[in-house]
Amino acid sequence: MSPALLYALVGVGLFTLGLHALIVQAHLLRKILALNVMASGVFLVLVALAARTQGAPDPVAHAMVITGIVVAVSATALALALMLRVRAATGRAELTEEPLE
Amino acid sequence: MEAVALLQSAFDALLGLALLWLAWRALASPDLFKAIVLFITFGLLMVLAWVRLDAPDVALAEAAIGTGLTGALLLAALTRLNSKSDTKPAHEKEQRTETHN
Amino acid sequence: MKKSNEPKPITENDSRQAQFRLLLAVPLSALAVGLAYAVLSLPSQAPGLSDHVAAKLETSGVSNPVTAVLLNFRGYDTLLELGVLLLALLGVWSLGAAPERREPPPGLVLELLSRLLVPLLILVAGYLLWVGAHAPGGAFQAGSVLATAGVLLLLAGWRLDSRFSGLPLRLALVAGLGMFLLVAVVLMLVGGRLLEYPPSFAGALILLIEAAATLSIAAALAALFLGGRPERGPQQ
Repeated sequence: MSPALLYALVGVGLFTLGLHALIVQAHLLRKILALNVMASGVFLVLVALAARTQGAPDPVAHAMVITGIVVAVSATALALALMLRVRAATGRAELTEEPLE
Repeated sequence: MEAVALLQSAFDALLGLALLWLAWRALASPDLFKAIVLFITFGLLMVLAWVRLDAPDVALAEAAIGTGLTGALLLAALTRLNSKSDTKPAHEKEQRTETHN
Repeated sequence: MKKSNEPKPITENDSRQAQFRLLLAVPLSALAVGLAYAVLSLPSQAPGLSDHVAAKLETSGVSNPVTAVLLNFRGYDTLLELGVLLLALLGVWSLGAAPERREPPPGLVLELLSRLLVPLLILVAGYLLWVGAHAPGGAFQAGSVLATAGVLLLLAGWRLDSRFSGLPLRLALVAGLGMFLLVAVVLMLVGGRLLEYPPSFAGALILLIEAAATLSIAAALAALFLGGRPERGPQQ
């Protein structure tokens, strides 16, 4: 298969790995890591599908992914600040089933 | 000519496998510091993937933002998470970090 | 908060969690297989929009197609993205002040390296900004390299002088979005449509917007690393 399709499949795998970790892990920092891995997977699929051209790759997809990378880092920064606030308010940085007192 | 194509496909396959493996190890590692370092390495391999997909702008953006800044943000948050750990209950001392600098 | 301090035996909760994870593997595998099938059923050659972009590239003012798309053809997306960056900073600032510096003074290696690297990083950022018109580069890459220089300075213990952490910092943060909006409004008043650059000076406009955006992106990303509102001067 062409390299583009191979990387697209890798992107699908990364997305699924990240989704599994997002659901299963309770610690907030791990959830943020999982979200970033999912985002990387989606970007990989986008750029891989954009590389299917004969000559130069599709620049619109590259622009979307650059935008996406910047938005992902902004969201990560905000999520980390929120995690620290959750930690300050409740004493732990995890989401659990136990009722908090 | 044929050997070069074969080498390129082998490189792509190896890179894809390494990406998936690193993502899995980063998300499943019990030590948070190790998980973040593995995630930074994952970002660096993503830069190689962008270069292989003819996306140099995305590679530059990922190298600076996705790897450098996200890694710095995550490590700073981990340090702040652990620095208040004297008030934390003893039940989740799962991460050991070395705060240098 | 009730906590158990002794190691828990394998409880029913743990086995329920293990069952849940096993059960989760089934729909996730189905999702992965479905997505892989969707990806594989796409045609293996597809030009996408690259032909359309290449056809109009001369009128965009730059010769790097990605920069043309980011700053000209899809300039509105970039404008909104600068807004998103500011919004995230607003959220982080609204959550509290910057954590106080309790770090020890920087070690020798960090201090030497930061003195060597920060001027180099500023130079590289300027180069990336300029070269983005005809080679890989551009405002986002330059802004993020500049932000890395800022993060290095913050790690070495430097903080913005309190005279600059009030209004000047805020001006630097909104410069990118502000310049973009200014160009858009002026162009609309002069008679064009939203963000329609006249081809004769589109290149200059793009460079202007990119320069302001580089400053804003760098300031915003470095401020996001700080993690809270910087302390303001005595009189603002």
